[in-house]
Amino acid sequence: MNFDRIREKLNILADAAKYDVSCASSGSDRTNKGKGLGNASKMGICHSYTADGRCVSLLKILLTNHCIFDCAYCVTRKSNDVPRAAFKVQEVVDLTINFYRRNYIEGLFLSSGIFKSPDHTMERLVSVAKKLREEENFNGYIHLKSIPGASDELMYEAGLYADRLSVNIEVPTISGLKLLAPDKKHEDFTKPMEKVRNEIVRYTSERKIIKSTPKYAPAGQSTQMIVGASGESDKDIMYSATYYYKTFNMKRVYYSGYVPVTHDSRLPAIGSQVPMLRENRLYQTDWLLRFYGFSIGEILNNQHPNLDMDVDPKLSWALRNLHHFPVDVNTADKRLLARIPGIGMRSVDKIVKARKFRKLNWDHLKKIGVALNRAQYFMVCDSRHWERRDLDADKIKGMILQHSTGKYRNQHSTQLSLFN
Amino acid sequence: MNASTTLVYDGSFNGFLTAVFVAFDEKINVADIQKNNQSQSGLFSETETVFTHVDKAKRVWNGIRNKSHNAISNVYFAFLSEAEGVEMMLYTYIQKLMRTKNGKYLDYSDSTVLYIAQLAKKVGREKHRMEAFVRFQLTKDEIYFANIEPDFDVLPLISKHFRDRYADQKWLIYDIKRKYGIYYDLNHVEMVSLNLKDIHHNKTVKSDAFDTEEYEYQTLWNDYFKSTNIASRINPKLHTQHVPKRYWKYLSEKKEAV
Ligand code: SF4
Repeated sequence: MNFDRIREKLNILADAAKYDVSCASSGSDRTNKGKGLGNASKMGICHSYTADGRCVSLLKILLTNHCIFDCAYCVTRKSNDVPRAAFKVQEVVDLTINFYRRNYIEGLFLSSGIFKSPDHTMERLVSVAKKLREEENFNGYIHLKSIPGASDELMYEAGLYADRLSVNIEVPTISGLKLLAPDKKHEDFTKPMEKVRNEIVRYTSERKIIKSTPKYAPAGQSTQMIVGASGESDKDIMYSATYYYKTFNMKRVYYSGYVPVTHDSRLPAIGSQVPMLRENRLYQTDWLLRFYGFSIGEILNNQHPNLDMDVDPKLSWALRNLHHFPVDVNTADKRLLARIPGIGMRSVDKIVKARKFRKLNWDHLKKIGVALNRAQYFMVCDSRHWERRDLDADKIKGMILQHSTGKYRNQHSTQLSLFN
Repeated sequence: MNASTTLVYDGSFNGFLTAVFVAFDEKINVADIQKNNQSQSGLFSETETVFTHVDKAKRVWNGIRNKSHNAISNVYFAFLSEAEGVEMMLYTYIQKLMRTKNGKYLDYSDSTVLYIAQLAKKVGREKHRMEAFVRFQLTKDEIYFANIEPDFDVLPLISKHFRDRYADQKWLIYDIKRKYGIYYDLNHVEMVSLNLKDIHHNKTVKSDAFDTEEYEYQTLWNDYFKSTNIASRINPKLHTQHVPKRYWKYLSEKKEAV
C-alpha cells in the first residue's frame, strides 16, 4: 500500500463525509460466523469521541467526492472548488479491516459522490460490502448510503451485505429540493427506500417460515434532513419525518443543523451559527412522536408551525393545552402521565409501580426523579400543597424559566439531554 | 460467643468463595477475610488460612446464583474492584442474600447491598470502557498487542468480548498494573505473565517490536480522528466527560495531546 497516497485520500474523503451525523452502530446483531472477523453488537460501541462529543464508532468516508451533481448545500457539489479524490474498492476494504483489527472501529459507513451515474456508483459501494463479507469474512457493522436514483437490483444486493441502508433526503420540502438540488427528483430518493422497505418486509416474513433465510439490512434504514438550509419551517421538517417513518418504516430520522460550507446566495452565509438548539428541539419532538404517544398535529400545525426555542416541545404543548391539567398522578393512566412536563417515560414507569403500594406525595416524586420545578404546575398528588392559583400560560412559563436559568437560556451544546 | 477468626485466602476469586464456604460450613465468627499477601492479624482474632478448593467455591457460586443471577454477577464484579475491605462487605452481602426467600427482593435501602451494587456498576463501566478503548498494535510476530491499566481487574470480564470478536487473529491484552495478560492463540484464551522490557504505550517513539505498517495505520487513524471534528460544533467539556483524560495515553488518536 502506498500510505502517503492513501493518507491524502483519507483526509479528503473523511472530511467530506463528516457532515453526515448518523453514526449509530447499534441495532444489528450479526454474530461471528465460522471463526471469521468481527461481530455487530446490539448496543454498538463508541471507540472514541470527537471534540464536539459525538461518538466515533464507524469509519465514515466517501468512496469518492467526484460528483456530477450540484446540490447547493453540499461540499462535494460539482461547482465547488475543492481537492478531489477517489478510493479504489480494495483500498476501502483494507482500511476497514486494518482499523477493525486494531479495535478502532465497529465497522464502515460508506457514502459517495455520484460519478458517472447513480448505478455505477452504487455498484462500487455494493462491491466494497460484498468483498468485506465474502472475501474477508467480516461480520462487523456496515452502513451503506443508497445513492438516489439507484436501481432496484442494486438496492436488493446492497441489503444482502449491509446492516443498514440510508438515503439522505437532506431537503425536507419538494420546493426546497427544486431550489437547492435541481438535478434530483423526489422519486430518486423514495424509490430506493421503497425497494429496501419491501425487501425487509419480505425477508422478515420468509424468516418466520424458513429460519435460515439470510439477513437483509438487519438494522433497517434511516435518513437525514438538514435543518436551516432552505428556510423550511419545523412543521415542514417534522411532517416529512413522520411521512418517512410511516411510509418506509424508518428506524431513525436524523436532523442535522446546517453547517455553512459554500458561498451561495440561496443559503446561509459561511460563518452563520449552526442551529444546534433547533436541532435539539427537533430531536425532542421526534421522541414525543415515537415514544410519548403524541401525534404530529398536536405539536406542530398551521397556527403553530415552529417549535418554541425557549421551552421544550412538551412543555410548550402543555402550556397551550392547560385545560388537560392538572393531572392526578395517583390515578391517571400512563398516557396522561407521560404528558406532564417534567415527567419522562422512566418516571412514568416508576410512578405506576410505586403507586401500587402507597399514594405518592411530593417527596416520593422527587425521589423518583420527577423534575418538580416544571411538573408542579400541571399535577396534583397526595398532598394538600399544590399549585392552586389560577395561573395563565405566560405566568407559568415565566416562573419555570426563572427557576431554570442557563438550562434553557444558553443551550448551545450539541448533545443536550432529551427530557427529564 | 466464640472467638472471632480472620480468614486468609490466596487472593483468587475461587479462594474467596472457598473462604465463604468455610465460614458458613464451620459457623465461624468472621472478623475479616484477607488476601495472604496483605494480611495483618488483628489483636483479638485468630487467623486461619483457607486453601482454595474449586468444588467448595463452586457450591457457593451455585448457591448465590440460585438465589439471583443478578447477585452472582454483582458479587463477581464487586470482587474484581479490589476495593479495600471488599471481602468483608461481600461476605455480609452474601449472608443477607442467603437469608432472603427470594434474592430478587434484596433491600436496596440497605447500605451493604447498595455499596456492592454500586461497586459492581463501576466495574461494569470500566469493562465497557476497556472494550472500547483497547488499541491493538501489530507486532512482528503477528500478534495484536495492547496494554491497559484499568482501575479495576477487568481482564477476566473482557475476555469473552475479544474472543468472540477477534476469532481469527492472535491477540494479547496486558494489564500493566496487575502484571498479567490474556492471550488468544486462535484456539483458547489463557492467562500469561510477561517480562516486558518496555511498555508499549502509544508513544511517539517507535518501537521495532512492531510491524512496519503498524505506525502507518496509526497515522491514518489519527488523521481520520482529526478530520471528524466539525470546528463550529466543538465542546471540550462533553469530550472529556466521554473520554476521561487518564485513558488518553493508550489511545493512539490522543498521542499528541498527552
Ligand atoms: S449528489 Fe450527493 S454528493 Fe453530489 S452534490 Fe448532491 S448531495 Fe453532494
